[in-house]
Amino acid sequence: MRPFKYTRASTVDSAARVVTANPSAKFLAGGTNILDLMKEDVERPNELVDLTRLKLAEIKAAPGGGVTIGALSKNTDTANHPLIRQNYPLLTQAIVAGASGQLRNMATNGGNLMQRTRCQYFYDTALPCNKRELGTGCGALEGLNRNHAIFGWSEKCVATYPGDMANALYALEAVVRVRGAQERERTIPIGDFHRLPGDTPEKDNNLQHGELITAIELPKSPFAKNSYYLKVRDRASYAFALVAVAAALDLNGGTIRQARVVLGGVAHKPWRSLEAESALSGKPASEQTFKQAAELALRDAKPLAHNAYKVELGKRAIVRALMRASRLA
Amino acid sequence: MARYIGKEMSRVDGVAKVTGRAKYAAEFRVPNLAYGFIVLGSVAKGTIKAIDTREAESSQGVVRVFTHLNSPKLGPKASTEYAPPRNAREQDKSFRALQSDRIYFNAQPVALVVAETYEQARYAARLVKVSYNAEKHSTDTEAVRAQARVPSQGPPPKPRGNPEEAMKSAPVRVEAEYRIPIEHHNPMEPHAAVAVWEGDRLTIFDKTQEVYGVRRHLASSFNVPEENVQVISPYVGGAFGSSLRPNYYPSLTAMAARELKRPIKVVYTRTQMFTGHGHRPYTIQKIALGAEASGKLTAMIHEAVHNTSTFEEFSDNTTGFTRQVYACPNLYAPTKITDTDLNTPTWMRAPGAVSGMFALECAMDELAYSLKIDPLELRLINYAEVDPESGKPFSSKALRECYRLGAEKFGWKNRKFEPRSMRDGRLLVGWGTATGVWGAFQSPASAKITFRGEGTAHVTSATSDIGPGTYTVVTMIAAEYLGLTPDRVQFELGDTKFPRAPAQGGSQTTASVGSAVHGAALAVTSRLFALANQDANSPLKGAAASDVEMLDGRLRLKNDPSRFVQIAEVMRRNNLTEIAETFESKPSEERRKYATLAHGAQFIEVKVDPDLGQVRVTRAIEVSACGKIINPKASHSQEIGGVVWGIGMALTEATEIDHRYGRIMNPNLQHYHVPVNADVHEVETLFVEEDDQIVNPLGVKGMGELGMVGIPAAIANAVFHATGRRIRELPITPDKLL
Repeated sequence: MRPFKYTRASTVDSAARVVTANPSAKFLAGGTNILDLMKEDVERPNELVDLTRLKLAEIKAAPGGGVTIGALSKNTDTANHPLIRQNYPLLTQAIVAGASGQLRNMATNGGNLMQRTRCQYFYDTALPCNKRELGTGCGALEGLNRNHAIFGWSEKCVATYPGDMANALYALEAVVRVRGAQERERTIPIGDFHRLPGDTPEKDNNLQHGELITAIELPKSPFAKNSYYLKVRDRASYAFALVAVAAALDLNGGTIRQARVVLGGVAHKPWRSLEAESALSGKPASEQTFKQAAELALRDAKPLAHNAYKVELGKRAIVRALMRASRLA
Repeated sequence: MARYIGKEMSRVDGVAKVTGRAKYAAEFRVPNLAYGFIVLGSVAKGTIKAIDTREAESSQGVVRVFTHLNSPKLGPKASTEYAPPRNAREQDKSFRALQSDRIYFNAQPVALVVAETYEQARYAARLVKVSYNAEKHSTDTEAVRAQARVPSQGPPPKPRGNPEEAMKSAPVRVEAEYRIPIEHHNPMEPHAAVAVWEGDRLTIFDKTQEVYGVRRHLASSFNVPEENVQVISPYVGGAFGSSLRPNYYPSLTAMAARELKRPIKVVYTRTQMFTGHGHRPYTIQKIALGAEASGKLTAMIHEAVHNTSTFEEFSDNTTGFTRQVYACPNLYAPTKITDTDLNTPTWMRAPGAVSGMFALECAMDELAYSLKIDPLELRLINYAEVDPESGKPFSSKALRECYRLGAEKFGWKNRKFEPRSMRDGRLLVGWGTATGVWGAFQSPASAKITFRGEGTAHVTSATSDIGPGTYTVVTMIAAEYLGLTPDRVQFELGDTKFPRAPAQGGSQTTASVGSAVHGAALAVTSRLFALANQDANSPLKGAAASDVEMLDGRLRLKNDPSRFVQIAEVMRRNNLTEIAETFESKPSEERRKYATLAHGAQFIEVKVDPDLGQVRVTRAIEVSACGKIINPKASHSQEIGGVVWGIGMALTEATEIDHRYGRIMNPNLQHYHVPVNADVHEVETLFVEEDDQIVNPLGVKGMGELGMVGIPAAIANAVFHATGRRIRELPITPDKLL
């Protein structure tokens, strides 16, 4: 690991100020990803600003029926919080589908959103990767890409966003609250938080350098009764998704009022299918309806050499997740 | 009546391990230690054009940067037990670091940065700049399959009978190709060495399965007498074959320590482990079985091709056990190798056997379905009553009882023959079976017992305990035959100051070292008996040494315990405080008249999600017949571990290479998927004990490898039964079942 300066932040604003002032500085929260990447020489910050003493771990009911979760609340505490379990079981399921118990005990919600791709070319500094070093090329484009994107990729990058939590947050239409230098605060809808790679694969998300996630705001949700997070992976636990689905239904008897379908493991960001959602809306909750929606969701997929299976798997996973959400399976 | 042998005993080293008192190679502290960090190359073949170490050398704390330009040349390598070719006069050709500018494989070590701290060394390692003259490489076994050849060492494969003709005329035939990827051992403990020179004497703490092998290797590397090298390795945190051969790091560490005249420690990172030792090779197997309509095999042709390196030949003898499993008059079963620009493969748990039996036992299942005969029944029809290869009788073989017991426990009779015929709700249920086989190996081994008058014993032998429970089993054997309680026995291993023992490989340790300890205990008994009988009034007069036994401080007649002497008294009378006996045991002549194998039967239930392709091994019944079971507790642990390994091989494990770069792409535990707890469900292991008077004095056979041999095939067969899909390429990941 390269030498770096360690700074402990005492306030949100001072943290944002220090990182804003230093283009090579990064925030440190749970450290479950950035410390790994620094050991692998993938991340090379010259300064880490430790956020862990900031008071940003609260989970509380918000006016209007939503819940605000602090950026520094641990994944484990978030998943187990009664307000989350009761109102957003989809989020609980998604969090516990990720990583291992030990990692979830360390990882924070803000850090979870900031985790970087697990693309093997990104991790190996001997190989080309535009995300790690722009201009070197994409090793995975014509390399081993079984775990890579089928949506929204570019010639520059075919990596996927690896997280689970954000997929559920997207289905729940969460908003990310951030605070930057000069005490500028803004909110970013979770769907606009992560980016597609385009020509700037080095950017995972739309945060400005120095902007700090302070909270995630969840609006009041009609989906608590009928939601399901499905993660398909190569082993039963502790593996990243081949395909994941965050499915949520608002049912009126057997009819779908509204639906949310977000895929994970298929793109550089959580991949929401509005086509699937509108195809579900107003229809009876049935396997046939779900199959039609699944076809639409994967219709525009562009698989690579080794991941065509994700198209079929994605469809089947959507059907299964919706079946579970509607308690038909 | 045995007091300890055959009864459950917890590990004698368990408390030391869980409290951290047990020291592994990297944990030994020596004064003035410096730390080495290995720099890995980034091309698969070629030469180093230039290497710039200036920035690294001027980095804080750096003592020296070793490259091929400033590293001394090491002496020729003596071959060791597990350094092929296994002919002691031949030179070991395994890779050694920093000996030339030549690159043989990607992620080969190209420099060693030594610094005052580990962190300083690791950081400076990033600052070493290397450029290469890359050459066209070849790392894909499929692409060089046509160049496969029979290894130059060992006897050429000889057909039995007339397999080609018999195959042509067989009424029923199946033929298929099977593939397994490269796999890596991934023991928990990373490989490490701490080297300390005092003049021309070297002490090295190493993670190894054979201290004497490392000693021989280092003595020849540094041109010092073997007696000058002490190798210490009291605990090994798993190895599975990855430490059978001296890997490149012990000589690299000792070289740096010698040059710098100070102790050096080198520890592999997880990533470095993927090229720092060998791997289970990529293996392509073509197999054809011919049978009569009754199911009787008439011809077997089993051809395996796997990769080796460009600089040495390695063969895991993939097809070896095919010759001995089923009675069949016509057979051809060669194993061939082909060169790739990868490090040399090596033995990995159940080497050859699990690969070969994956293909053979899947092919047997395919044949069963062609014949419409129950897969278990087909195996019984072709049961080998004598060794089909040599015609010799088996020293013991309770495989039939394994089949019977396993089938009964599993409920095999309730199996419906047709694929996709059993369900659990949405899930497809599949039941599969396979046979396991392994050798009952024994090598010469020595042990020393120092029996003290106060009724304690100190036992030593330079074996290792990579996890099977050798500390415990040897303690039990010594306690049994010295008539002591186990807490009065202290056993030490893993040090070249102790009597010579073979590598802990091939599941031969209890047979080899256990026999030596047994022999040494009998030697102590004989000695005491002779001393006792110097007294004209000895109550043991007239008996033979073999008629007496030691128990609870007495030397007594086995068939009349009222005739005894007090051991302490005999020793006192002879002015002895202790008796020391060293014994070397060797395989008996009698063994040669027999085929000696261990067998097993495995029954697997899988549940497959037909939509998502996910396979869960919900039930495993594994029955093993491997002679006498000395410590049932550790033995069950071994076999459970074997099942888990089999699950990993069948469903999750694969080392992936991007052949454009010839580079391993998943050298870490996030991308290389060993099974996790959630992948392992009900596992039941059973033993059918064999009373084998031939194999060795203790009647034990190997079990550590046996436990996994049939599992991948049984899982693949169960997946076929569940889904109707025959997956012939491991691992069986969800995408293959969509």
